[in-house]
Parts: sequence; structure tokens; C-alpha cells
Amino acid sequence: MEIVVVIKFVPDLVEDLTIDPVTHLLDRSFLRLLPNELDEHALEEALLLKEKHGGRVTVLTIDTGDVDETLFTAVAKGADRVIKITGEGFDQGVSNRRLAEIFQHALADVPFDLLLTGTQAVDDLDGFVGALLAERLGLPYVGYVTRVAAADGKLVARKEYPGGLNADITVSLPAVLGIQAAEKPPRYVVTSRVMEAMKKATIDEAKAGEAGEEPGVTVSRMSLPETGEHAEMISGGAAEVAAALVKLLRERGVVTQAR
Amino acid sequence: MTAKSVIVLVGLLVSAAVFGYRVHQRVCHMRLGRPVEPFGHWGERIKGVALFALAQVRIFRFPGTGTAHFFIFWGFVLLFPTILQAILEGVSPGFALPFVAGFPPLLLLQDFIALAVIVGVMYGLYYRALARPERYKGSHQFEGNLVLCFILTIMVTLLCSTGIRQNLGQSHVSPAWQPVSAATGRLFAGLSHGTQHAVEQVAWWIHIGVVLVFLTLLPIGKHFHVVTSLFNVLLRNLNPRGWLAPSPRLDDTEGVGRVEHFTWRQMLDWYSCSECGRCQDVCPAYGSGAALSPKLLIMGLRAHLYERGRALQAFGATADSTENTILKKQVCGDVISDEILWSCTSCYACDHECPLLIEHVQPIVDMRRYLLTQQRADPTLTGALESLRRYGNSFQKSDKQRAKWTTGLDFKLKDIRKQPARTVWFMGDYASYSPALTEATLATARVFQRAGLDVGLLYDGERNAGNDVRRAGEEGLFELLRQKNLAVLGKCEWEEIVTTDPHSYNTLKNEYAWNGKKPAVYHYSEVLDRALSTGQLAVSRKLDCVVTYHDPCYLGRYNGVYDAPRRVLTALGCRLVEMPRNRDRALCCGAGGGRIWMEEGKVTERPSENRVREAANLPGVQYFVVACPKDLTMYRDAVKTAGLEGRLIVKDLVELVDEATRGDARATAAPPVTA
Amino acid sequence: MSGEVWVVVEALRSDVSEISYTMLAAGRVLATGLKSRLSALLIGHPLEKLAGTLGAADLVLGIEHPTLAEFNPEAYLRAATAAIEAHAPRVVLFGHTAIGTDLASGVAHRLHLPVVTSCRSFRFDGGEPQFSSLTCGGKITATGALPAPSCVVTVMPGGYKADEGRVSQAPPLEILPLPAGLETVRTSFNEFIEPPAGDVDIAKQEILVSVGRGIQNKDNIALVEALAKSLGGVVCGSRPVIDQGWLPITRLVGKSGKQVKPKLYLAVGISGAPEHLEGVSEADTMIAVNTDGKAPIFDVAHFGTTCNALELLPILTEKLRSP
Repeated sequence: MEIVVVIKFVPDLVEDLTIDPVTHLLDRSFLRLLPNELDEHALEEALLLKEKHGGRVTVLTIDTGDVDETLFTAVAKGADRVIKITGEGFDQGVSNRRLAEIFQHALADVPFDLLLTGTQAVDDLDGFVGALLAERLGLPYVGYVTRVAAADGKLVARKEYPGGLNADITVSLPAVLGIQAAEKPPRYVVTSRVMEAMKKATIDEAKAGEAGEEPGVTVSRMSLPETGEHAEMISGGAAEVAAALVKLLRERGVVTQAR
Repeated sequence: MTAKSVIVLVGLLVSAAVFGYRVHQRVCHMRLGRPVEPFGHWGERIKGVALFALAQVRIFRFPGTGTAHFFIFWGFVLLFPTILQAILEGVSPGFALPFVAGFPPLLLLQDFIALAVIVGVMYGLYYRALARPERYKGSHQFEGNLVLCFILTIMVTLLCSTGIRQNLGQSHVSPAWQPVSAATGRLFAGLSHGTQHAVEQVAWWIHIGVVLVFLTLLPIGKHFHVVTSLFNVLLRNLNPRGWLAPSPRLDDTEGVGRVEHFTWRQMLDWYSCSECGRCQDVCPAYGSGAALSPKLLIMGLRAHLYERGRALQAFGATADSTENTILKKQVCGDVISDEILWSCTSCYACDHECPLLIEHVQPIVDMRRYLLTQQRADPTLTGALESLRRYGNSFQKSDKQRAKWTTGLDFKLKDIRKQPARTVWFMGDYASYSPALTEATLATARVFQRAGLDVGLLYDGERNAGNDVRRAGEEGLFELLRQKNLAVLGKCEWEEIVTTDPHSYNTLKNEYAWNGKKPAVYHYSEVLDRALSTGQLAVSRKLDCVVTYHDPCYLGRYNGVYDAPRRVLTALGCRLVEMPRNRDRALCCGAGGGRIWMEEGKVTERPSENRVREAANLPGVQYFVVACPKDLTMYRDAVKTAGLEGRLIVKDLVELVDEATRGDARATAAPPVTA
Repeated sequence: MSGEVWVVVEALRSDVSEISYTMLAAGRVLATGLKSRLSALLIGHPLEKLAGTLGAADLVLGIEHPTLAEFNPEAYLRAATAAIEAHAPRVVLFGHTAIGTDLASGVAHRLHLPVVTSCRSFRFDGGEPQFSSLTCGGKITATGALPAPSCVVTVMPGGYKADEGRVSQAPPLEILPLPAGLETVRTSFNEFIEPPAGDVDIAKQEILVSVGRGIQNKDNIALVEALAKSLGGVVCGSRPVIDQGWLPITRLVGKSGKQVKPKLYLAVGISGAPEHLEGVSEADTMIAVNTDGKAPIFDVAHFGTTCNALELLPILTEKLRSP
């Protein structure tokens, strides 16, 4: 099976995020970027599928400035080909719409049966890369996938709903899946293997195509939450508190309606 | 040639052939192993032989059996001429070994030694039959008892033989020189000369027979150590204790994937194992009910090497290993389970205790290196390794936050990357990132300032020193971290390093390759000891408390620093009460070797709880003093979970120093003394 | 009719999901500000039952077909696209869920519309609708104008109370024409898989009810288990509880236990020691129940109560079982 994984780099939330006082947007100058966690799951799922069914795994990402180590790590884990797409201003952040366009263009020469990517990313604001890319490629898309099983040219994707409920969905190939979790946690590959990949493997480079006209979303302002947060306290007797909690849980989408 | 000569000669030849063949087999198997660097330093090695093989210093750590073994060993050495004599006179009647056979003082010594051996063996048999120590569990007990009986037989038949010869006037010396033999001889004095002669012959045949049988059994069991131990001690590892050999890359993998990836020297270790179980006795993992027994590990590797060696010889190295059940066996997993390999805390108690200097930690790390390449580690460990790789610390926190704790200080510590300072204070992850350590770290800063130390930090240039990363088996990551730290330190101006973390201390001191001059690395207790004894740091108020001190593994056992912290405590006015297991017998807290990053397995009793209970049993002790951040974390936890919250308070050494040197009259009352 | 606000209703197993009501509440705010109509797009089969609680909308637009009985990504996408294209509403609200996120981007691309995700709330600035989204793990709030003339939005819970969008009354139902090609879609729904019984990996659980020393004794654990069951979740605990043997080690959350990332973490009788909290640094919603109002857990939890757990739990369980 030919599998493609697209990876997006997102801000590392371990760092303190700051807002640029002039633009009122995220200050990207000292931002550290790391691969989107769910994209790492997508890569893991791709590698698991390769181990089961054979084939090759190709990984694509755009060059936001410090992506080589991630790509070499992917090779060390078992990816067959890694491609980094270069372009102007990528380190300043790229919208998901534009990303989907860039990936679509780069995939013109990369035939595949299945494309996997994280079902969402922490910095999504204008749609989801996987779903947008699927539409551009004219392929079916299923998101929130936690397991992929292949049988007779078709795929059964397990889709995760709240409360531990899952649904199996059959998808015909070629297709795009948004991964919520790989069947196993992303593997750890020892540093020496990564170092070896750095010496022996090569990263293919591609140039990003021209930006088309995409409907965009303009963020006029970003802000940080107030500090010194404390839990919102619910007061009252047991019955009142219970009622309040039930409401709260329903609102948060944590509980699907009781049957 | 008499029939007797022929029989003895044939017996000798057969026995020697069997012995030779069995030794040869094992040597062949050892040659499957990797080569090692040439040995060198022969002077030091000879000294080691004197200390460990001849004086047998380590074996006396268990005094009863130690003394017994000492005499049994020396008995064998000194009585060897008598055995040789017995065999040779069988081949050539009337033969007497020149000088040795008739030298009276030697014969006297031999007489007493034979008695000492008998006493030793009887003690050994008693110990095995009645005392039944835990450490023999899993050892080949039948073989142990059998050989003791063999030795007993050899000694008794010897004494009977020499005793009767005295009676019959066949001896080279007067009975006064062989009192024990003579006494034995008196048992037979009532018999006729003919009968005595016959009895003597029977004793002699039994004597030789047992010796020749014993000889054939030597290579196949734990008594091979009789042959190999001298070499094992001679060729011992002269590198610092806290130094691990790096990872060879073999067959495109790391560490040991097959038993042949070990070095032949490691294999020699396994052949020297006498199954005494002392390592098992001191192992914190074993004591807590975990799967690991260092003794069974070595025994398992030895058995596997033999089995696999024979199979390779029979079927050839290119045999399809998937077909053959023996060749299919994986050393990591089938022979030694993953669970066993991950249970080790790398505390060094086993290596330190072993009378034959067998190394247990290195083979475990070698196998862990392989497990990691196969993704056979629990996710909490790989999560920590990912964090270490990305951020240089195991706390999933940004490297930029490493010095955040300094905001709690009312003075500024030098940034050694920008300003020179005499001493680099290497913080370590826990001091930097763990909220539980903040108080102690702030106290350390204040104390250093009070002592007038010219100290600087690497701030966010510091990375985890890599000690436990290496012990967890991620050699490549260790090398990366070491490289980064060396690069940062290389650009700064400083003369010595101090750290509060014994793990960092160990690797900085023993495993970091400093181009050119090797710097002085100190644990903070050493620096404070120096400061207190020179008066640089003054005690403003003596603490009136009763304490016990826990020696951290990487400070004590690994690096021999036992006294500096104790001197500090005494200087502060504390009354020190030692736990039964102190200094190099201190029980590991269980966090080392990367275990603090792993899930806790099934335990019957946590080592840390066992330890605080040991301390709580000391009447009057108020404080449990530690000098390692992992110890502080583990023992504070253990005091809670063991329900000792009112009884014992865990304090870092620096907290006591801070209190005693603060210079104020405010007395913080020590907790009431409870029994 | 253009200028309308649409809500794409979500349903699972013939139950309308809570997010739909949150969206209706949000939609009402937008419709009021835009002075236009709020319509609910209902895709499914059969529709009457589902439409019963959508009274907050002025109109329900239905697309009904057997292939649409349960969520089928491509079929729903075709249906939604056709409907939205025909009517060109001002704003279309999708849930930020396994259903809504499958659809929103596809609709946006096919119809060349902008899509704004992770929206929690809306407001008006000089008559122009504005969105407020939570991004970067909740650390950043992003605001801006809802692009005109038409846009697609995904809505997260938390900005509006679902109750405000729930009205037990069926508004007028208008059946829309079926889009072409529903039988030839490349995705199909097979079946639901219920969560498994037996000892669970708490790290994979979405709902955790965690218990600490405050539960006092082993017998009270039964109360916690009942609550967890009614929530479709699993019981876990902090160190003292595991050490006492009230729960197996597999249920330990914390530094020496498992790291969990549930949607809901209900901490009962847990004080909030750092070692424990290390194991649950990323719960979407944490609710703490502890009689000690000063317990550190309240600095980390989103919601809390000092109500006595032993009284609260049984009542809460009952309410969840039969609302």
C-alpha cells in the first residue's frame, strides 16, 4: 500500500506564548515549533499499516525552518521517502487552506492509496488540513480515526465518538483519513538510529506552488487568558450541585444523552 | 608397572581428558564473544589478586561463611601437594614429592589446615541444611552440598591415610609434626597392621577417586570458579566504578541482541559465578519482590551461552535459526525477560558485593540498549526519553525554564556563560524543575553564598547530564546530551564543578571526556565539608538533633564519598546514628537506572519504604538525612505511604546546613524524640 | 434565503447530541443580531423523532434517506453541500466534533467559503458578527469578524448553555430535495462498537472519575464505580487509594501511575498533590469535589464544589441515569 503522511508544525505549548503588541497576533519570533502530535500518530499508523501490508510510506511537510530532524526521525522509524516543501514566509505561519493547496500541488507526482494526517492540530483556526486536502484531491475523508483495517481494496476506519463509543466506516481507496490516535503510541526510535539517518538518508525538496485565491479568515486580535485562575465553584446542597454538574457535563459534550 | 599404576594412570588420563574437553568447550564458547581492549596495568592487577583472590577480603562481609571459605580455599592451595603426592605415588609406588613431601613445618601446617577445612565444610553443610539462607534460593543446592561432601571426604580420607601411616611407621616425619593425623590414626590403632594397611588403601583409593571425579565435574558447574576466579580477579575492570562501556554497533543494532555480542571477558565473569547469592541479598529490586535476581541473571546467561555454543557447533552458525528451538532463543526476552531487565536500579550493590568481582550492571545495560531499539520499553520511559531528547530534561518542560527557580532568590547567581566563576554549579533536572526540590535548591544557593563560594550557573544552557539516560540504555541520547553539555561548558571559564545531584556527579566525573585537563567534580557535601572545616562557613547555631544518614548509591558505593557528609553533620552538632545497612551497604531508594521514569512493577514492599522503616526502628532518630534529589523525593513519599508521618522527617543535608549557618537566633524546634 | 443562520444538527443513534443545542443557542444569538432566521439542517432518518427538540430553531430543513440513518461522511457531505449551496446562508454552524469536523472543511472548499474553527462564542461589533475561538491548547483566544457574505464555522462547547438551545417542540419541517449520488458514495456506515468491559487502560479513557483519600474507606468506592458507570467512564485514583489496595495499580493516575488525557476528570476526595496532577495535566474538563475549599486541586480544576462526596455521588449518579 502506498501511504502518504502530511505533517504540520505547530507552536510548542510547553513554552510561554506571547502576543506581539503591534500586530496583536501570536509573537512567532521566539516560538519553538514541533510536529503536530496527531500527525505523529498518523505517521505511526502509516508505519503499522506498512508493517502489516507492505508498501511504502512517504512523509511530506513544509519547511518552517527546523524540520530536518523530524524528517530524519521519520526515516529512522521506517519512512521510505521524506519530502520538505520550501517557500517564502513559511516560518511566519501558514493557514490551513494554503497548506492544503501546497500539499495538493506537491502530491501531483506522488501517487498513493491512502493519505493519513492528524485529525486536527492545536493551532487550527481555518479548517482542518486533512479534510481540506481530501476535498482538493476529490477523495473521501473520515476523521477521528483510531484504527485502520484493510481488506479487499477497501478500508474500514474506526471512528471515535464521545463516551467510548466507536463506529466502523468502510471507505474505498484512494482516501484521506484524519487520525485521532494510532493503534499503538508513536514509537520511540533510539537517537543513534536518528543520527544514522541524518548521515545516510536524503530529504527530497520541492518548491511550493503559487498561492491561489483562497477564502480566508482574518483574525483581528489574539489574547492570552487571565492568570490566577481558580475553579469555578458550584455551591448548594447535594441535589443542587448534582443538577448543576449534570448540566455542565452535557454542555461540555462529555456525556451523550442518557438513553 | 603394576595394575594399580595402570589404573591410576588411566584414571588420571581419563579425568584429565574429560576435564580438558569440558574446559576446551567453554573456552570455544567464550571465543564467540567480542574482543576487548588489551589489559595492561599489571602491577595494579597483581595487587588486586592479592586483595581479592588471596586475602578474599570481600568474602568476609558474611563473616561465618566467609571464614569457612577462606580456610577451604587456602586448604586446597596448601593441600594441593598432598593430592599430587597421592596420585603420583599411585602411578609410581614409593614416589615422594621432592622437598614438599618431607618438610615438617609444611606437614604441620597441612595437618591443621585439613582440620580447618573439615570445620569449614561442616559449618557450610550446617548452614545449608539448617540456616537455609534466602540467597541460596535458585542456586544449584545439590551441587553445593555434593561438593562439600566431596571435600569432606577428601580431607577425612587424607587424615585417615596419614594417620594410619603414622601408626605403621610409614611416615616421613614424627607424629609430633602431624598431631591431627596422629589423632585420627589413634582411631584405628586397635586394628591389626594388616587391617590398618587395608583401611589405608581404601581411604587412599577413595581419596584419589573423589579427586578425579571432582576434577571432571569442575568445569560444568559453579565450581568452575576454582579455575577461573584467579583470571577473573586478575583481569578485572580497572575503569572507575561509575563508568560504563559504550555501546558497540553490531549487526545494525545496538547493545546485545545475541549472547555472542557480549565480550569474552563478560563471559568469563559468568563462568566464575559460584552462585553464592550475595548479590541477590543486597539487590533492592529482588528485595522488593521484583523479577530481577542478579545471581539468576548471571546463571541464566552462563547456561544460555553453553546451550547456544553447543548448538552452533552442532548446526553451524549459518543454520536456519528459526527451525532450531535452541538457536531461536533470544537472550533478551527468552533467557532474561524484559521485565527482569527493566527492574534494575543500577545501584551497584551487586557488583560491589560479589567476591569474584562479577559485573551485573553492564550486561543489563547492554541488553537494555537492545530492547530500546526493538521498542520494548514502557511508554512512561519512552515519554521521558522523548522529553529528554527534545527539551534536555525529563519533566516535559521547556529548557528555557531551567533556572526559573532562581526567581525565589533575593540575589542573582552568576551566568557562567557570560561571566567567569570559580565553580560551576551543575543543577541537575530535579533541582531545576521539580517543585518538591525548590526549597532545598534555594537553601543550597543561600548556603553557597554564605560560604563565600564564587558560583555560576549554566542557566538554560544546561541539559540533563545523561547518567540515567545511559543506564536506561539510550546510549545515543546520552552521547548527545553529553556533547551539548561539554560544548556549553567548553565556552565558559571555570575551574571546578559542584552539583547537588549524585547521578550528575557520577557521569560528569567518570564518563565525560574533557579534552585535555580533567576538572575537579565535587558533590556539594564535599564542598560544604571543606567550607566548614576551613571555617569559610561558620555554624551560628548547633543543631540539637538525632539523625541518620542515607548514603546515595552514586555518591557512596559508586564514588566512595562516605565521610564528607558525615563530617558535615557532626560539624552542625547533629548526633549521627547509623542504620544497620550503611555506607556501601546502603539500600537504594529504587529511583536509579531510569526507574523513576518507569511504571512501578508489582512490589511486595518498596525499597524506599523498607529503608524508612529501617530508620524508624532506630530509637530516638528524628531526621532521615539525604543528599540526593531523587532520595528526597522518594523518601518523603515513602514516609507518607509507610504511615510514618509523625515519626520521621526527611531532610536534605543542605537544609540542615542552612538552618545551622543562618546566623539568626531563631531556633526551629526539632520534633519530639519518639522511641 | 440569504442572511440566514444555519445549524447543522448532529445525532447519534437517534439521539440529538448536546452540541446541537449549544449551536442552536449560539445560532439564536447570531440570528437575533443579524435580524434573520435560525434554521436547523437535519440530516438523518427518520426525521420526525429527531426534530422534536429543535424548537429553538425557526425552521427545520430536513434531508431524509436510508443511507443517512447514521453518520456517513461522504453522504452527509453531499447532502449538506447541496442544501447550503441552494440556500446560501450567512453563517453555517457545525459542531467541533467527530461529525462536524468531517463536514465543515469539505463544505467550505466545495462552495469556496471561508471556515472558522474552534469557535466558542459570538458577538456583534457595530452590527457585524464577530467570532471568538480558543486555540493553542486553550492558551490563546482569537477574535475576528465572521467573513461575509457567507461562511462556515465549527463550534466548541463552553460558550453557551445547551439548555438555552433546547426547546421541546418541533418547529415547521421542510423536506429538501435529495442530492444526487447518495447511493454511489465512497464511504458507508457499518456498525457501532460499544466500549469493552473488563480492566481498562485508563490512559485511553475519555471519562475518568478519580478517587482519593477523601473517600475514606473501601466500601465507598462502590459509590464512585456507580457514578463512573453512569457516565460511561472508568474509576481511577491517587496513590493513597492504590496503596490501600482499594483499587488495582492499573488505575493509578500520577507520577508513578498513568498519564491520562480524558475529556472529563472528576476528582473526588483528591487534594491535588503535584505528583497526582502530573498524571492529569491535560484533562479537557476537570471537576473537583473536596470538602477542603483550600485544596490545591481547586487551582487546577475548571469547576469545583466543597459538597460532601458521599452525599453528592449517589444523587449525581441517579440524575445521570434518569434525567
